[in-house]
Amino acid sequence: MPPILELDGITKRFPGVLANDHICLTLESGEIHALLGENGAGKTTLMNILYGLYHPDGGRILVRGKEVKIDTPNEAIRLGIGMVHQHFMLVPPFTVTENVMLGVETIKNGLFLDRESVAARIREISQQYGIQIEPGAYVKDLSVGAQQRVEIVKILYRQADILILDEPTAVLTPQEVEDLFQVIRELVARGVSVIFISHKLKEVMSIADRITVLRDGRVVGTTRPAETSPAALAQMMVGREVILTVDKKPAQPGDVVLDVNDLQVFDDRQQVKVEGVSLQVRAGEILGIAGVQGNGQTEFVEALTGLRAVAGGTVRILGRETTRASPRRILETGVAHVPEDRQRDGLVLTYSVADNLALNTYYLPPFASGIQLHERAIFASAGELVKQFDIRTPSIQTLVSSLSGGNQQKVIVAREFARPIKLLIASQPTRGLDVGSIEYIHQRLVEKRDQGCAILLVSPELDEIMSLSDRIAVMYRGKIMDTLPAEQATLEKLGLLMAGVQPEG
Amino acid sequence: MKMEEQPQTRSMPGWQRALNALALPVLALFSALLLSAIFILGSDPVVLTAYAKFLSDPGAALGISWKTIVDAYHALFIGALGDPAVVSKELSEYFATGDTKDLTLAFYPITESLVTATPYIFAGLAVALGFKCGLFNIGAEGQIYVGAATAAFVGYSVEGLPWVIHMPLTFLAGTLAGAVWAGLAGFLKAVRGAHEVINTMMLNYVAFNLVHFLLNGPMKRGGATGHIPISRNILESAYFPAVFPEPLRFHFGFFVALLVAVGVWWFLWKTTLGFEIRTVGANPRAGRYAGINISRNFILAMALSGALAAMAGAGEVMGLNHNLAEGFSPGYGFDSIALAMLGGGHPLGVVLAALLFGTLRAGATKMQSLAGIPIDIISIVQAFVIMFVAAPKIIRWVYRLKGEGGFETVLMRGWGG
Amino acid sequence: MAAITQTLGAGVGALAQRRRGILYALAGIAIIVFFSRDVTPEQLATLGLNTTRSVQLLKLPDIVVPVLPVVWLFGALVFGMGLWELARGFRRPAWLLGVTSFAFLATFLVWAARGTSFSLIGILSASLQLATPILLGALSGVLCERSAVINIAIEGMMLGAAFTSVFVANVTGSVMLGLVAALLTGALLAAWHAVMSIEFKMNQIISGTVINIFATGLTNFLNQRIMQEYTQFNNEMTFPFISQMFPELGRLPILGALLFDQSPIVWLALILLVVVQVALFHTRWGLRTRAVGEHPRAADTLGINVFRVRYVNVILGGMLAGLAGAYFTLGSVGRFDKLMTSGRGFIALAAMIFGNWTPIGAFASSLIFGFADALQVKLQILIGQVNIPSEFLVMLPYIVTMIALAGMVGRVNMPAADGEPYEKQ
Repeated sequence: MPPILELDGITKRFPGVLANDHICLTLESGEIHALLGENGAGKTTLMNILYGLYHPDGGRILVRGKEVKIDTPNEAIRLGIGMVHQHFMLVPPFTVTENVMLGVETIKNGLFLDRESVAARIREISQQYGIQIEPGAYVKDLSVGAQQRVEIVKILYRQADILILDEPTAVLTPQEVEDLFQVIRELVARGVSVIFISHKLKEVMSIADRITVLRDGRVVGTTRPAETSPAALAQMMVGREVILTVDKKPAQPGDVVLDVNDLQVFDDRQQVKVEGVSLQVRAGEILGIAGVQGNGQTEFVEALTGLRAVAGGTVRILGRETTRASPRRILETGVAHVPEDRQRDGLVLTYSVADNLALNTYYLPPFASGIQLHERAIFASAGELVKQFDIRTPSIQTLVSSLSGGNQQKVIVAREFARPIKLLIASQPTRGLDVGSIEYIHQRLVEKRDQGCAILLVSPELDEIMSLSDRIAVMYRGKIMDTLPAEQATLEKLGLLMAGVQPEG
Repeated sequence: MKMEEQPQTRSMPGWQRALNALALPVLALFSALLLSAIFILGSDPVVLTAYAKFLSDPGAALGISWKTIVDAYHALFIGALGDPAVVSKELSEYFATGDTKDLTLAFYPITESLVTATPYIFAGLAVALGFKCGLFNIGAEGQIYVGAATAAFVGYSVEGLPWVIHMPLTFLAGTLAGAVWAGLAGFLKAVRGAHEVINTMMLNYVAFNLVHFLLNGPMKRGGATGHIPISRNILESAYFPAVFPEPLRFHFGFFVALLVAVGVWWFLWKTTLGFEIRTVGANPRAGRYAGINISRNFILAMALSGALAAMAGAGEVMGLNHNLAEGFSPGYGFDSIALAMLGGGHPLGVVLAALLFGTLRAGATKMQSLAGIPIDIISIVQAFVIMFVAAPKIIRWVYRLKGEGGFETVLMRGWGG
Repeated sequence: MAAITQTLGAGVGALAQRRRGILYALAGIAIIVFFSRDVTPEQLATLGLNTTRSVQLLKLPDIVVPVLPVVWLFGALVFGMGLWELARGFRRPAWLLGVTSFAFLATFLVWAARGTSFSLIGILSASLQLATPILLGALSGVLCERSAVINIAIEGMMLGAAFTSVFVANVTGSVMLGLVAALLTGALLAAWHAVMSIEFKMNQIISGTVINIFATGLTNFLNQRIMQEYTQFNNEMTFPFISQMFPELGRLPILGALLFDQSPIVWLALILLVVVQVALFHTRWGLRTRAVGEHPRAADTLGINVFRVRYVNVILGGMLAGLAGAYFTLGSVGRFDKLMTSGRGFIALAAMIFGNWTPIGAFASSLIFGFADALQVKLQILIGQVNIPSEFLVMLPYIVTMIALAGMVGRVNMPAADGEPYEKQ
């Protein structure tokens, strides 16, 4: 029997990048094949080719032994290929039924949508595979885990038997990950073949039958979990030995810098997103906020930095109340903020590196006097920072949009760290970066801590939280479930807390 | 609008960059004139009759088309810049006899172009400044009227002041009125998230009706005859003085406009306030993150934009008409949208584009009387200009240009504000 | 951007609500104070329910109301709603504004008619007439924006269609062909808008402005070149009213004048309202349209052609705007006049936004705008009573538009991808 899917020498070029370089990959029927690689290794590109979203510059795709050309998602769906994208492809104001039927609508009376029969079919699928789903629910009201189930049902509804899961665990709690794995195993038992894309070693080790590692767009090798170890996989992924832990001295906490008391925050739709959060961060320590994305971390950070109105409670920084202070006043009390979405919030992409480095100090001497800007001072300081923080840029006049992600993040770090700061609020500071940049940012954070800065680190990546934090607070549905000293925080404990369960004892 | 050059163009030598920056607007204008010619031909009965017999006599049809277009654009050229033959004849006559009377007349067309360019500079700067903050002010026309009405009122009602006080006072009063008028739209956007495109448009209609009311009521000139309502004349102490003797109408306002353009450039690129406005325009979220007050900048930018537009109105009253009359602006405010885009949102570009538009409109007036082509043809030209400038891809594709140079408009998306 | 201004402007919900409550309570007081002016205690207002135009089957008695109590009633209603908002809060603040607008206009009407009589049926009938182009324009906006293309060019499409409809109707002698020309004009301008904004990914507001400037310029140009030179092309051409086709219907009391002394285009608009509402929420086309407007990439991954959906919707929207344009001419005055749409396209957009991107909501707000518009037309006869210069009455619809936009807080239904060009991966 031929493999159900075979990729042979797939090549894809983007301007200036070779995203996929002669990639070969086979998927046997009923297999879970993991595709492992760093951010930017070319995994998602490869899968988008397979799903008809990109067109390869070279290579062949064979489905069930026959060569095929996949130009559109329609073609992929017809061939029985379904994909759960990293960012869900669901329409939030639609119901589950509407999302499932979209594109393959059932029509009654020749004109109108037949929601009932689709809902019935969804209930059938849900029973058959043990996937809990409510057809009438609105997707925007569902948890992330439930939305993912909708995505899977969408694919099963289309009777696909090749399932591509792109970083499916990034947004899940450890327990939800277990549930997902349960579903995947159930699917495989019923004859579905799965490609599982991830950059997380442990997960891949636990779910995959075979593992293919990608690096810089090339296949490094294919192996089986039994024949390898996380350390070996990491080395394949990165191409050198990786220090999985961050070297740091024990913390020496000083005075309280950030004091949050019973904080309450709403989101744009006036829903409570942060509810009664109280915590303190001291000088010289890193407090990590763990939690699945969307549990109020974003709103919490926005409230602390003055970007979002506080509905109740108080925030004090260095003893001064900043609950209703403007972002600028908060910055001026010595707070640095590395925002979670650097391109959206942290940078003006159409500005030069120099202007971005002066983005929140342009009005202060020596950059300005009165309303007059002093460009020479801005340039001089930018030149310094570029050297000091090793920002790889042709010049300080270069547009920041033309820098790599890692260097863009360095621009933000340089700007924030260059000021005399007492408190650093870092939101997902390594999101989407390569290992080199991650290590760099991590070192800088620890360095800042050792200089006596209080650091609040928010990240959904448990590895990052666990390796950097001195204390770890877990956020769930807008509340702090518990705060643990780092040495007491185990993956299991954190996982339960992230799912809203208070562990025994 | 995004003024910062693309990385590719950074590395080019200066002259090549300048050429590149010019290529797009020049080609855009050229193509727009070409396309507009179709409408001139299509609405000309003589041409249409010729085309009805196209099969039997294609030469005649093409010939008459060519002649119509050449006549039209020739009239435009003469009307805008003067007849070169006449100018050179009068010049030599002047050198021979020292008589300036006929020479003045020969220069009349070109000074008229400058006279028309004056309000364009102000209004173009208004729209361009809005763009810089991500605001689309399509209400410049209404702001022009508000500025003119206020200036006219202060110009005739405040008596007994010397020129050095009355003139600036009148200008500032008009400017301030425009700032408040447009500031309202800025306020509604900043605080209520109401989109400025609709609100500035609505304010236009309110302004037109307001002026109509004023001219038929409180500001009506006693014993006025003629069917266009008109206000009293402003006092001479509020005039922008004329630069040349009658009948040339070229006035001091042109230099004020140039000065203001330099001021806007300095403000946008050399001050912290300008930095804030540009940042809000380029990425409001990042601006807010950096501690910039977005609401304040929306209001400030809109008010400044309105002030600039109102200067156009005040300038017309003070330098040209010396009174307020209904319909005194033939649409300077609306034209300035295309103009600001053609000028790339940069004050220097705006001044150049304003000179061009002044020339176009002055010429089109002549074209209307000489070739019988309604002046509204220039609105059609403008529509195409905006299209080509806003989608440089079209021009690049048509003329097989390379590179990404040029500018791209960054405006706010959606209605949310 | 929506997010920013919301967090900025609305502040915390409770605070905004309190402010809103106080504002409306004050508005209630203002209504009472303002409209008690010049009213004697026993003064009555007569609101006529009969028309003079068609012979009615039976004559109804006119409504006679005492002015002061009405003023107090509506004032108190608004005041009470303000207090309720202050204390408990309404779920949809848009309703609050809607009811308040209505109360204000109704009170104004009664006040204006104090001591005299005024045809209520006349103003209601005129409201529906004047609401028709706004409704059609708003439906055009709904079609476009539900697929995430902002159409600010409704004004230009209306104007262009108004011109061609008269021209073609006069050239061919057929009103029907005039209507077809209007639809085609709308479709053509919309196709241009679609190519610019979908194909060339031009900023949609600028692209719409291109169409607006073009349509203004071209209609002015052709008006001067053709209509004024050859006046035979600008003769009055209109559809007969329903009541002219079916005289019996016209004789019905109230309904006759309200619904049947109307152009068939009014009816067509009402039918299209129902069609769009149903189609948008219960057909495949509607589901796909909304998906494209909310999450185009999701639609794309499910094999839906995002570009095609947008082209189809924008062009259909253009035809609706064209129909609206034809209403100005074939449905009403029958001739083309320079700039005759005078901003109604923009008002239609505001009606769409105020109507929360739903056809039904757009209809409700169109009626408010239509009523405001009708007021200024009909109140000219009461000018001495009202003592407001006519220019200010003409401003009314524009000011109502600005207030409606500023009061629009809900914005829950705005398509998430509205205004964003789609980039295929």
